Amino acid sequence: MDHAAAATLPDAHPDHLDTSTGVDSRKLAFWTFIGSECLLFGTLIATYMVYKGASRVPPYPHDTVVNGQAYEGILDIPLTSLSTFILLMSSVAMVLALSAVQRGDRAWGRNWLIITAALGATFLGFQVYEFNHFYHAGLKLSTNLFGATFFTLTGFHGAHVTAGVIYLLTLALLVHRGRIGPEKSITVEIAGLYWHFVDVIWIVIFPLVYLIR
Amino acid sequence: MSTTTHTIPAPAAAPGPAPSETGLWSWITTVDHKRIGIMYGVTAFLFFLIGGLQAVLIRTQLAVPENNFLGADVYNQMFTMHALTMIFLALMPLTSAFFNYIVPLQIGARDVAFPRLNALSYWIYLFGALFLISSWFLRLAPNVGWFAYANLTEPAYSQGVNVDFYVLGLQVLGLASIIASLNFIVTILNLRAPGMRLLRMPVFTWMALVTSVLIVTAMAIFTIAVTQLLFDRFFGTMFFDPSKGGDPVLWQHLFWMFGHPEVYILIVPMLGMVSDVIPTFSRKPLFGYNVVVFSGILIAWLGWGVWSHHQFAVGLGPIAESFFAVSTMLIAIPTGVKVFNFLATMWGGSIRFTTSMLFAVGFILMFTIGGISGVMHSAAPADLQQTDTYFVVAHLHYVFFGGTVLGLWAGMYYWFPKVSGRLLDERLGQIHFWGTMVGMNLTFFPMHFLGLYGMPRRIFTFSADLGFNGMNLLATVGAYLIAISTLVLTWNLVRSWKRGQLAGPNPWGAPTLEWSIPSPPPDYNFLEIPTVRSRMPLWEEDSSKQGGIPHGRAQEGMDTITLGGTRVAEMEFPDEPSLMDPSEAHADHIHLPPPSYWPIILGFGISLLFGALIFRHVTGPLHNLWYLSFVGFVTTLVGIFGFALEPGHDH
Repeated sequence: MDHAAAATLPDAHPDHLDTSTGVDSRKLAFWTFIGSECLLFGTLIATYMVYKGASRVPPYPHDTVVNGQAYEGILDIPLTSLSTFILLMSSVAMVLALSAVQRGDRAWGRNWLIITAALGATFLGFQVYEFNHFYHAGLKLSTNLFGATFFTLTGFHGAHVTAGVIYLLTLALLVHRGRIGPEKSITVEIAGLYWHFVDVIWIVIFPLVYLIR
Repeated sequence: MSTTTHTIPAPAAAPGPAPSETGLWSWITTVDHKRIGIMYGVTAFLFFLIGGLQAVLIRTQLAVPENNFLGADVYNQMFTMHALTMIFLALMPLTSAFFNYIVPLQIGARDVAFPRLNALSYWIYLFGALFLISSWFLRLAPNVGWFAYANLTEPAYSQGVNVDFYVLGLQVLGLASIIASLNFIVTILNLRAPGMRLLRMPVFTWMALVTSVLIVTAMAIFTIAVTQLLFDRFFGTMFFDPSKGGDPVLWQHLFWMFGHPEVYILIVPMLGMVSDVIPTFSRKPLFGYNVVVFSGILIAWLGWGVWSHHQFAVGLGPIAESFFAVSTMLIAIPTGVKVFNFLATMWGGSIRFTTSMLFAVGFILMFTIGGISGVMHSAAPADLQQTDTYFVVAHLHYVFFGGTVLGLWAGMYYWFPKVSGRLLDERLGQIHFWGTMVGMNLTFFPMHFLGLYGMPRRIFTFSADLGFNGMNLLATVGAYLIAISTLVLTWNLVRSWKRGQLAGPNPWGAPTLEWSIPSPPPDYNFLEIPTVRSRMPLWEEDSSKQGGIPHGRAQEGMDTITLGGTRVAEMEFPDEPSLMDPSEAHADHIHLPPPSYWPIILGFGISLLFGALIFRHVTGPLHNLWYLSFVGFVTTLVGIFGFALEPGHDH
């Protein structure tokens, strides 16, 4: 929602209209934060790419032949494709949540926020399963470079999703209690920025880690 | 557009510092940018004194050959901690102190965009700094250089907790810098007074913006690099361990991708400070404002593409080395442009050599020497000869001391009256200046020769027959002279805080907004938010300077930024938006955010979360203290909710 639309709402809080750029300060801060986050993730992704194929001992991510011996890849692409789809769908729910909050629909604002969080939590469930499976297949942080780079990168992303789920559930509670109405929908919008960012980063990670050999 | 200027000269019956709360609790819970600025300044100055003490101990060890005053191990800790203390605990936070105090005043704002976040970054900084410095008092300090090159930092080669202090301490301190910089970026972009277009901002504010952008980008890379090192040391990964396939050169790249922008983080704010100091004491507007601003942006931009000139000795191959050699040479251009702009500003001005101006001129001279020896490093073949010698030590101290520190002192003498309401003593100031100038050149100039004669860095002693004796003794004498001069400054600060000569709102006849309000400013800064019509609002009425005041080339109501004749950006800017309610003209109605104790709780939680991990590598009963890390985690969670849901704060 842009500020022009906000101005037409009856109890629009005028604070964020008074800034020099016209952009709400919290929103600007969040965009800057996202810029910083891009470099955090960028560094992890770059490290992953630099060390791709540099592991000296199995398990390897993809089917590999080393010294004539074949090793089966450990990554489960169909399974992760499914969890990726679920995470992307959560972004749709996030858009609907914001829309509901903006038009003052408390029930659906709350519901869509809970659905977004639930989809995020499902993605996390897949990740917990995957990490657990890898652990039992002999891949730990200390096993090889694939383990080190894979767990730090996807784990860092998972931590962001976890924070996002808590964030969204908190907002759902606030919307439910009527503490976030249309006049404060910017709060939900900013949470949406964060959530979409976490999704977009996964869209970068998924092909680089899972699809490209 | 109205014809009157709304800058408010201090009324005769200025309320002065409003009857604001005093006492420890009010400082712990404060969210006022001015108080936070003072806390940053005092804390960082104390760390500056500690860093100086470390330097004096280093020079004492090196005064004579075959000395065993410190011994090799303590010496390693000493030079590592000298760098870490000066860079992360003293100089960056000192610039942060100026950003905090001065920037909102220069743009006509009542506070920063996120006052509580500002307090949070201070508390994280304080706890992180205490954590890191405690290692030095325990004689367990990091001993691998501030660059902490792999694979020396791997657990196999650095046992014990020394490197852990580095990893955990910098993790926490980096977070503080990123949070603070997010805040400054939003403050500068969003809280400008009406009419304060981007190209009307004082250059110091501009450079604060540029520096903050550098911090949020560079610090992010470093945060991950340190996290990877943390995982190597605590969780058995092998990011930088070549015996398991890791690549130590990756650490070098990640470190210097942060480390080189860090150099600019430490110099760009001072380029801004002297850009404000020199016009004031030359009684002339800054020569080539736009060029100075865009040079600053260009320095920061190019600063991103030069990091590997720190790694010429690694052998990156001719293509990489050529690229980084050329990009390094390029940086000399915008830097040189600034120097000439400063000179042209002084040219024909009626110069007053106050202590502040002396330091600004000293800054130009010394920083230029440091810049020239810096360009010498850009030639990769020559750099191979200079790598790891005292030539590099000489260069970096001409930049950090001749640039950063002298620039800081110029700013200190300039803005101290605004902060305290009292002038620093000029006679002590002159002693401080000349002692510092003579001292620094005695200390660092001979190091150029020592380096070219082959004296290596980071070696705790040298043998008597190498021909290094005389110049090392000279350097030590100079270091003591700097130390004595710094004590003079310390005495000056302490004495003038309560007993200095009263300054009044604008003791220097300076042109920018911070000088339009009483010294020290009231809690709300501006009784009425001023409307800005030029770059030098306080000089508009002065006919002697009227001809030269540039107003910026922007059209009315629109900020157009052109680069090489092409329009690159445009920003709408209504000339007189009604930023404030008329009722706010009375001080009682000015809404200021209430104090909050959540920043210190959250800051403590985050610091404990990382800091307590140190006990994982301690044996004996203390080992179990690492579970405090979980306490820190819970405190952080509670802190975040308390912070976010606190009533009375929108953000």
